[in-house]
Amino acid sequence: MTTEATNSRREFARESGERRQHVRDAFVKFTDVHKAYGRKQVLRGADLEVYRGEVLVILGGSGSGKSVTLRHMLGLEAPDSGRVLVEGEDITDFSEQELYRVRRKFGMLFQSGALFDSMSVQENVAFPLREHTDLSAEERVRVVAEKLALVKLAGTEALMPTDLSGGMRKRVGLARSIVLDPQMILYDEPTTGLDPITAQTINELIGDLQSQLNMTSVVVTHDIQSAFSVGNRIAFLHEGVFEWVGTMEEARRSDNPRLRAFLEASAVASAKPL
Amino acid sequence: MNFERSRSILLYFGGLTELAGQTIRQTFRRPFPVELLMVQFDEIGVRSLSIVAVTSFFIGMVLALQATYSLGSFGADIFVGPMVALSLVRELGPVLMALMVGGRVGAGMTAEIGTMKVTEQIDALRALAANPVRKLVVPKVVATTVMLPALTLVSIALGTIGGMVIAVLNLGMTPHFYWRSVVTALNFRDFSSGIGKTFFFGFAIALIACFNGLRTTGGADGVGRATTTTVVMASISILIMDFFLTKLFFLIT
Repeated sequence: MTTEATNSRREFARESGERRQHVRDAFVKFTDVHKAYGRKQVLRGADLEVYRGEVLVILGGSGSGKSVTLRHMLGLEAPDSGRVLVEGEDITDFSEQELYRVRRKFGMLFQSGALFDSMSVQENVAFPLREHTDLSAEERVRVVAEKLALVKLAGTEALMPTDLSGGMRKRVGLARSIVLDPQMILYDEPTTGLDPITAQTINELIGDLQSQLNMTSVVVTHDIQSAFSVGNRIAFLHEGVFEWVGTMEEARRSDNPRLRAFLEASAVASAKPL
Repeated sequence: MNFERSRSILLYFGGLTELAGQTIRQTFRRPFPVELLMVQFDEIGVRSLSIVAVTSFFIGMVLALQATYSLGSFGADIFVGPMVALSLVRELGPVLMALMVGGRVGAGMTAEIGTMKVTEQIDALRALAANPVRKLVVPKVVATTVMLPALTLVSIALGTIGGMVIAVLNLGMTPHFYWRSVVTALNFRDFSSGIGKTFFFGFAIALIACFNGLRTTGGADGVGRATTTTVVMASISILIMDFFLTKLFFLIT
């Protein structure tokens, strides 16, 4: 065996070892995703990896494509070009029928909760159980009570969505999205439009779900405070590309001008005296 | 008409056809959503009864008045009964009921589904791996297709009774004579052509209403616009379909 060959093999081993350290298990992976609505180009080559067990915060201004990114993860939208992988499986060309199987890995909290108006809280939270499990009515009542307690809304089963405040709707929506114990939860602006106390409750819930149930989470927000209190990593979306991705610590020290500007503007806004 | 506009019209009909296909496919997939269907039967059928009853009774009376006037000039006013009944069975019952139900039920469906669309409830259904066509569209389309013919039968019966009231009060006919003349004049072909049309009307009304609901965008404003579109489109398509279906039924019977 020549020294050259040994060297190159050593080189390879070292390299792949390094790579193993860096490459974590990606639950969701976007490769060069483009999406336009009519003439409006929203995503222009988005690349992103969401690792298992982390809380990834997607930051960005209004209309930067944050919610659209979430919708692609669930297959609610299909990209014009590029690929979306969930647990290594390419879901880009899946039919609606095939996507139903993939979507059961996810829970999604919509911006306004998206509760079904015609159903009570109990029926709303029990809906996925009725659809996808064989649980008896009593068992469903038990599971629903358990999930409602988790979002600190025990005893609200009989209320209708119109009786609930915005924060309560979001929490019921959260209970509904975790009722089947998904592996990953997507939050679309979970704290927008809520008072600081309720927002704090939601932030704590996101943290609890990650630490206690080991759920992977993606949080779309433009609320920096919330982002720093729940997130492990930040992905900064600007004009349809993930311009900057890194840990919270790195974000604080980053010298990317646009991310800096975004963080500073929100710091000024939130530090304003009342 | 520019290119953009013709393109969007073609896309509209493409989407409508696709939804029709999906609806039919989902209708025959087990388990059938019986519970949801019962709710729709009640909403579309039972709750339309009062409006159908009142309008039909008055339509029958008006028809009898007009028939008395036009037939009277030939001295043929003893044929008021057949004239009222034939008009109702062959044409007015089916079309007027379709227009009434299209307005009442169609607008309601679009508003309901449209609101669900703009408040992300449709997305929530999809995200929870439930098929919106199966959950929302199938029960509404099936219920309307079944209920419109039933309502039309009720309408024909009450309209004929309305006509009888005028015949008895204005022309001094006996109720017995009126009914005899009606029953003798009607045959099965009149019913099969008249009621046959309503199955198509019912399917079209519900399909258009659901489709407009599902493609609603842009908040309360959008829901309002979608609802208006449904009433206009449903009415126009009922009248256009009526011509072709009448022609078709003349050919096959």
